[in-house]
Amino acid sequence: MSRPYIRPVSRTGWWLAQPRYVRYMLREISSLFIGGYMLIMITGLYRLSQGPQEYAAFLTALLGPAGVAYALVTLVFAAYHTYTWFIVTPKAMPLVIAGKRVPGPLIVAAHWLGFAVVSVALWLLMTAGGA
Amino acid sequence: MSERVVELEILRYDPDQGEAPHFQTYSVPCREDWVVLDAINYIKDELDRTLSYRWSCHMAVCGSCGMVINGEPALACHAFVRDYPDKIRVEPLHNFPVERDLVVNMDDFIGKLTSVKPWLIAKDPKTIDEGAYRQSKAELSVFKQYTACINCLLCYSACPQYALNDAFVGPAALALAHRYNQDSRDVGRSARQDVVASNPGIWECSFVGACSEVCPKSVDPAAAIQQSKIASTGDYFLDFLMPWRNKSAQSGNDE
Repeated sequence: MSRPYIRPVSRTGWWLAQPRYVRYMLREISSLFIGGYMLIMITGLYRLSQGPQEYAAFLTALLGPAGVAYALVTLVFAAYHTYTWFIVTPKAMPLVIAGKRVPGPLIVAAHWLGFAVVSVALWLLMTAGGA
Repeated sequence: MSERVVELEILRYDPDQGEAPHFQTYSVPCREDWVVLDAINYIKDELDRTLSYRWSCHMAVCGSCGMVINGEPALACHAFVRDYPDKIRVEPLHNFPVERDLVVNMDDFIGKLTSVKPWLIAKDPKTIDEGAYRQSKAELSVFKQYTACINCLLCYSACPQYALNDAFVGPAALALAHRYNQDSRDVGRSARQDVVASNPGIWECSFVGACSEVCPKSVDPAAAIQQSKIASTGDYFLDFLMPWRNKSAQSGNDE
């Protein structure tokens, strides 16, 4: 008769078992920081609707040490999230053009190019608005 | 040829003793061109014939000798001793019941593999006399990588989702479902969707990607699962926008 041994799995500590699991958890946790930043943006819009003084107070609070620290941490997580997301795009969306597979690195590069184009366009839009 | 003495710590489990598994260490003089499987065979032949493990082809084709070597799921016949330090820890594949030593019970996987109907479901089945189902090179290239799966279970051993929820259909079975769904000669997708597009199917995967990193045949199960997710999401929205579409698709596949 079979008497197999079932090895226990830690429901809370499993992700510490391998570096790739830690990288996965960092990728997933990044969305919490990005979500938090969205809440800050929405708060900013709300403060703007309340009037110039309220909005100025919001901006001052944002430029305090806690606000800057949170923005920096979120920037690092957002960059990591973008990097990990772009790198898997050839897996999720393989492209075949004229009967040939488009090489994965080309798909990743196209995403970075799109990212750069949108970033520059936004920057131009903002600087044009300020002038 | 140079030899190096390597300490192999192997997880031993004897179901008749009723004790938890323990590690047993063997000193093995390894030749430079040896793989871990050679070292284990040396133990079996020269040091301890009670050691149990599975192997067959010794050339990364049969998929029998999957083990966890220094924490990483690998084929023992594909893992050169020279790439490891002087101590090598060998365990049975994670996430499966251990029957004895390095032998695991893979019944759960076999059941899941069968549940996704991993065979050609043709619109007009042919007899052998009528010849083969033909397709072009371009049609083959769409899914060829997924045909390379040797059912070695390294992907299940690496998958933390399967570790936490063994209801998960898992990487290899879902990759093979995708392989047939992508086959131009196959019309069985809707017959597979009940299992594939269920919660324990593709939606249990959170794209850790470990399965693809350990796959010895570059099958990339994670890619197959993400593509299946995109296709199933498309189904959901199309069914929502065109409720009549679902009916015609169903009747088309019942033929």
